Amino acid sequence: MSASTGMTRRDFLKLAGGGIVVFVGLGVMPSTGKAEKLLYPEDFNAYLLIGTNGRVTVYSGKIEMGQGVLTSQAQMVAEELGVQLSAIDMVLGDTDKCPWDMGTFGSLTTRMFGPSLRAAAAKAREVIILQAAKKLGVPGENLIVQNGFVIVKDNPNKKVSFGEISKGAKITQVLDQRAVLRAAADFSVIGTSPKRLDALEKVTGAAKYTADIRLPGMLYARILRPPMHGAKLTQVDTADAEKQAGVTVVKQGDLIAVLHADPEAADLARTRIKADWQLPETKLEPDNIFEHLVSQASPLKSVSQQGDLLAAHVGAARLFKSTFYKGYVAHTPLEPHAALAEVSDDKATVWASTQTPFPTRDRVATLLGLDTKNVRVITPFLGGGFGGKSADGQVVEVVHLAKITKKPVQVAWSRSEEFFYDTFDPASVVKIESAVDRDGKISLWDYAVYAAGERGAASLYNVQNARIQSARGVSYGPAVKASLHPFAVGPWRAPGANMNVFAAESQIDIMASSAGEDPLAFRLRNLAEPRMRRVLQAAADAFGWQAAVAPSKRGFGIACSADAGTCVATIAEVKVDPENGIIKVIRIVCAQDMGIVVNPEGAKMQVEGGITMGLGYTLAEELRFLGGEILDRNFDTYEIPHFSWVPRIEVVLVKNDDLAPQGGGEPSITTTGAVIANAVFDATGVRMYRLPMTAERVREAFVKLKAA
Amino acid sequence: MNRAIRFSLNGQPVTLNADDDRTLLWILRSELGLTGTKYGCGEGICGACTVIVGDKAMRSCKTSLRHIEGKEVMTIEGLARDNKLHPLQQSFIDHGALQCGYCTSGMILDAYAFLHKNPRPSHDAIVSHMERNLCRCGAHLRIIEAVAAASRQMSGQS
Repeated sequence: MSASTGMTRRDFLKLAGGGIVVFVGLGVMPSTGKAEKLLYPEDFNAYLLIGTNGRVTVYSGKIEMGQGVLTSQAQMVAEELGVQLSAIDMVLGDTDKCPWDMGTFGSLTTRMFGPSLRAAAAKAREVIILQAAKKLGVPGENLIVQNGFVIVKDNPNKKVSFGEISKGAKITQVLDQRAVLRAAADFSVIGTSPKRLDALEKVTGAAKYTADIRLPGMLYARILRPPMHGAKLTQVDTADAEKQAGVTVVKQGDLIAVLHADPEAADLARTRIKADWQLPETKLEPDNIFEHLVSQASPLKSVSQQGDLLAAHVGAARLFKSTFYKGYVAHTPLEPHAALAEVSDDKATVWASTQTPFPTRDRVATLLGLDTKNVRVITPFLGGGFGGKSADGQVVEVVHLAKITKKPVQVAWSRSEEFFYDTFDPASVVKIESAVDRDGKISLWDYAVYAAGERGAASLYNVQNARIQSARGVSYGPAVKASLHPFAVGPWRAPGANMNVFAAESQIDIMASSAGEDPLAFRLRNLAEPRMRRVLQAAADAFGWQAAVAPSKRGFGIACSADAGTCVATIAEVKVDPENGIIKVIRIVCAQDMGIVVNPEGAKMQVEGGITMGLGYTLAEELRFLGGEILDRNFDTYEIPHFSWVPRIEVVLVKNDDLAPQGGGEPSITTTGAVIANAVFDATGVRMYRLPMTAERVREAFVKLKAA
Repeated sequence: MNRAIRFSLNGQPVTLNADDDRTLLWILRSELGLTGTKYGCGEGICGACTVIVGDKAMRSCKTSLRHIEGKEVMTIEGLARDNKLHPLQQSFIDHGALQCGYCTSGMILDAYAFLHKNPRPSHDAIVSHMERNLCRCGAHLRIIEAVAAASRQMSGQS
């Protein structure tokens, strides 16, 4: 018996009714390395099964939240195995069926899980050829695989289908060594853009999300919520709610809930609960949070240091000292958190809107005192995640309620609850001191980031005297160092990098302008990385960049970033209304080197999506709060990007087939803040140091500029 | 008030014995099992719960049963006829006009009612109409293209 699922390999094959199965290996992954070993430990689940009907079932612990990995993973398997996409069925995020996975985040699916999946498919192909060789009586080297058939090279009429090979076969293969992957030059599926495999379900309403799952006898739960984080329940009276027909009331510690077979009746019952709360004193609000963060964060820790900072300081012709700020930003996936649970004494099944099905399973097992093998987490489609669906607050609630009531229970957060319990992108501060020498080379880069974390903080540029420091203090989650933030914070699409790239690339522009140099030329002078130079040049070519010193009044800005193994350069054109301060983004060109591109249209969608979502944190999104009281509770006051905000976006994928596929979901969003800030400076001469650049802040900056 | 309420749903007659104050969104999703209509904000801001009533797009989270009595209601599940996708649905697939898919039902149905009234809208008219629907994944540009292409196809231009 395996520790993870209770299923043996033989059981798996029996359940499948025979076929060829490739299992996860014994800790040694094709992309060998210590990190990967830890990410993918021993597991008895399978990567893929070639069924006796010739269909291929692919199992992946990754989840589909819009980023397109349902399709791109199927493409990788189709490529390596030699079958058509239409012959593949995908099973995602089911902990009883899929290989263990840490979670879907960090743009890791293609670059970290992809190699394993491809290797598994390549292994299966070797097995298939071996079996076909026996069946056909032809040596393996004379066989080719095509569209689910093994064909004799010089006699194409002689062939055998995958289904025929699998029939009667009970072959299990453990992926324990490097399988030979197809070369980029031979790709026929990778590098093409088939339509999304989930598109048909999604345009017909058939696609199931967690809150769409129904079980007989299920109850909809509504939970009593505090008015602010840190509030303590002092008194509660549920008598009125209990009188309502069909209502089940649960009171266990701070968990006060009403449940009903009709969600609207449950809503009504919740309004009948009377509660008193003791509220904490608080003075924190969006304008004083930055001082608080700098003074209360843990001491700065060195991330990297080189050269002689002191000498560079002393010798600097001119020092540039800047401080940058960014407020809290919400995830607001259109689908709020939801979970459905069925719990008995010895078993639990949970459907959850989560980016981390396996850690969720382990969490549920601990909460209920069950062995992990008796807990199954199933992940339907997610209606967006963006890093915000790994804290599992709704799962913790639902398993308690299902256990107490002994009925299937759904917890689906309202939009107001979604805002309240979001794990926000933390407010943060970056302080930079830098200098340029007479040759236009950056001679000093002294960088300190507070509360955002280090992702994106490493300098892209060649600087001899440099130091990066970070004061984290923000382990993600509400429990850790709760005093630093008045509510929970957590990862948000490219965590920390949006702020770090905004600060660093703004500072680069400040220096370029002061040195009297074109911002593209200044970057190229100071950049050694050939991939980054190439994407900058590609973006400039596509945009039609003409050198000029900012502010040139044209409203052109440039920014670049290295994130998730991908190099990205973005150029923006903006117009700024000097009267009302409104920034209108006219055009964006984004060039990206992400290595081998599995699905170019899918990659472009991610770039467009990243840039569009980035318009939010750049122009408008900043949570309003008073201590632990969340003032924005819906889209009426918290505005996310609308159709009219979105500029023309052109995406250039810079070809680099020598590099394995890199991350695509996050890199583009990291440049949005910086590129627009730099374009605003180019248009107006106004330098914006705080995100979001609301119209009011732009107006204030205009006034300051005129006064100076 | 609890009473018998009749309406047509995706072409089929429906009679419900229910309080006429109840919200169409939850009736669809729980009692009638049509979960393609999504809850997004509960206040008629995001558009994920959009359905067609008569020939108008309505936010089902702000629509009570009383408002649909005797009317024809269509949800996303009723848009494809005889296993044939509506041109808008096909266009959303062809243009990759969706990512997570959670706003998609509402986007398609709001565009459906819009094109019914404005068969050949300009690009700007599409943008300004769709403005009232929220998408978080950033599929906006492709949604606009998909609606424009569907309008061309439906009016026989391409």
